[in-house]
Amino acid sequence: MTLQQAKFQYLLRLGDSSLIIGHRLSEWCGSGPILEEDIALINIALDFVGNATAFLGYAATVEGNGRTEDDLAYLRNEREFRNLLITEQPNGDYASTITRQFLYDVYTYYLYDALKSSKDETIAALATKSHKEITYHLRHTTEWMYRLGDGTAESHERMQNAMNDLWMFTGEMFDMDEVDQTLIKEGVAPDLNKIKEQWEAHVKPVIAEATLQIPSYNFKQKGSREGKHSEHLGFLLAEMQSVHRAFPDAKW
Amino acid sequence: MNFIGIMEDEKKLAAFEAKIASGQKIEPKDWMPEAYRKQLIRMMSQHAHSEIVGMLPEGNWITRAPNLRRKAILLAKVQDEAGHGLYLYSATETLGIDRTELLDQLHTGKAKYSSIFNYPTLTWADIGAIGWLVDGAAIMNQTALARGSYGPYSRAMVRICKEESFHNRQGYEIMMHLAQGTPEQKAMAQDALNRWWWPSIMMLGPSDDQSPNSDQLMRWKVKMESNDAIRQRFIDRTVPQADFIGLSIPDKDLKFNEQTGHYEHGPINWEEFFEVIKGNGPCNAKRLKARNDADKKGRWVRDAAMAYAEKKKAKAA
Repeated sequence: MTLQQAKFQYLLRLGDSSLIIGHRLSEWCGSGPILEEDIALINIALDFVGNATAFLGYAATVEGNGRTEDDLAYLRNEREFRNLLITEQPNGDYASTITRQFLYDVYTYYLYDALKSSKDETIAALATKSHKEITYHLRHTTEWMYRLGDGTAESHERMQNAMNDLWMFTGEMFDMDEVDQTLIKEGVAPDLNKIKEQWEAHVKPVIAEATLQIPSYNFKQKGSREGKHSEHLGFLLAEMQSVHRAFPDAKW
Repeated sequence: MNFIGIMEDEKKLAAFEAKIASGQKIEPKDWMPEAYRKQLIRMMSQHAHSEIVGMLPEGNWITRAPNLRRKAILLAKVQDEAGHGLYLYSATETLGIDRTELLDQLHTGKAKYSSIFNYPTLTWADIGAIGWLVDGAAIMNQTALARGSYGPYSRAMVRICKEESFHNRQGYEIMMHLAQGTPEQKAMAQDALNRWWWPSIMMLGPSDDQSPNSDQLMRWKVKMESNDAIRQRFIDRTVPQADFIGLSIPDKDLKFNEQTGHYEHGPINWEEFFEVIKGNGPCNAKRLKARNDADKKGRWVRDAAMAYAEKKKAKAA
């Protein structure tokens, strides 16, 4: 695997995860539990769309085949997407959305922190910008972890159910393959074992303070590195890409 | 009220009106007549409700926006609308009513919101049409209201108008791209204009002969201009914009009067307008249900947040 191929794949992983979780958050538009949360969710979704645009744009540049960020977002099929499985999981209730976001925010908080010192200057610059945004995202989701985990009996139960459903998608966040190995060697991407340690050290005390339990099961879902997704992604893409694909010659 | 009380109120009223006449703003703690307070609560909350109900037809297209740039712009725009809603609810609260009560009025159908949001967004071009026409019409009204007498509302309008003029331009830019695009895109733009034109000019309210302007509201600078005057300005501004991008206004009677310097429009279907106001528009039931569902679905979240805050307070004590 060449450095260029590895970079392209890695940039798709970053860009796709942002695009898909941003899409999920944008589905909340107008139906949040309180107006302040509607504003927060749209704002965070916007950050993710911005992040996806930047990383997919850079992916297209690295690929060098004349594709654009829009081509990558709108004209690839399910099996070509590299977003993490957790990002495509449906919103469910607010407990699911917050839990999904918290587990993912802690991951990106440490991942992007490490990417700030990537030897690839563009990745380092984009990570520096994104990390500032992620810091806010994480503060927002952490506060809601406490409120909902340690709020009422109902909110606690909903949060525990969400944790039980989503925990299985956290394992693959730290899976490494040839793409990672190639980039670690060149100082472009970090070793995810280290990110995993930081992630665990961060999520465990928050989950405990939110009076929640980490599920006792050990199995973890995986597959996004090879584009093997859950059944949800196909519907999401069908919706997201519908207008773009219906008018193939159009410029918007 | 006794005679002395009446005399005092009359003195206060005279001072209140003198203050407005001199161009000063009325602030939340100032004395104000009950009719002034009530009218402002009605107008401001109706405006706030329109912002948050307006998020629904536009939010309808966020997940399907045709490219990443358009998606980001639409997200930013809808976020602005939500922000306007929050800002306006807060401004309304300065009149001594809280947001929960205002939202109850919306959810029970007691309070109104702009009639325009009871129309559906059927294609991507509708997002362009809303920004161009609906926000364009709203700006005409809101720039006038920015000169109104109630401090918190007029300041909110100044701020909101700045963002709305961006929304208006982005809507027009969408339409321009469509109008200059493929034949299918141009047809989509024309279809959106056809469907949104009349509702947009109707949203500025009944014509002056059906809605006599109260001298009092004008004198109190709660209402600044008549509906027909605002509508005329909107039409005069918008028709050349449609011409410029090669779209036609769906009004066969529309013509420019050289003498007055204004466009004259054909008859407006007020029957449709009043039906929509009564709740019989294409999306009234859907919009109201969406707001009610969100409120119900979010109750346990708000309860949990309150319970957690209480727990924290108890721990700190």
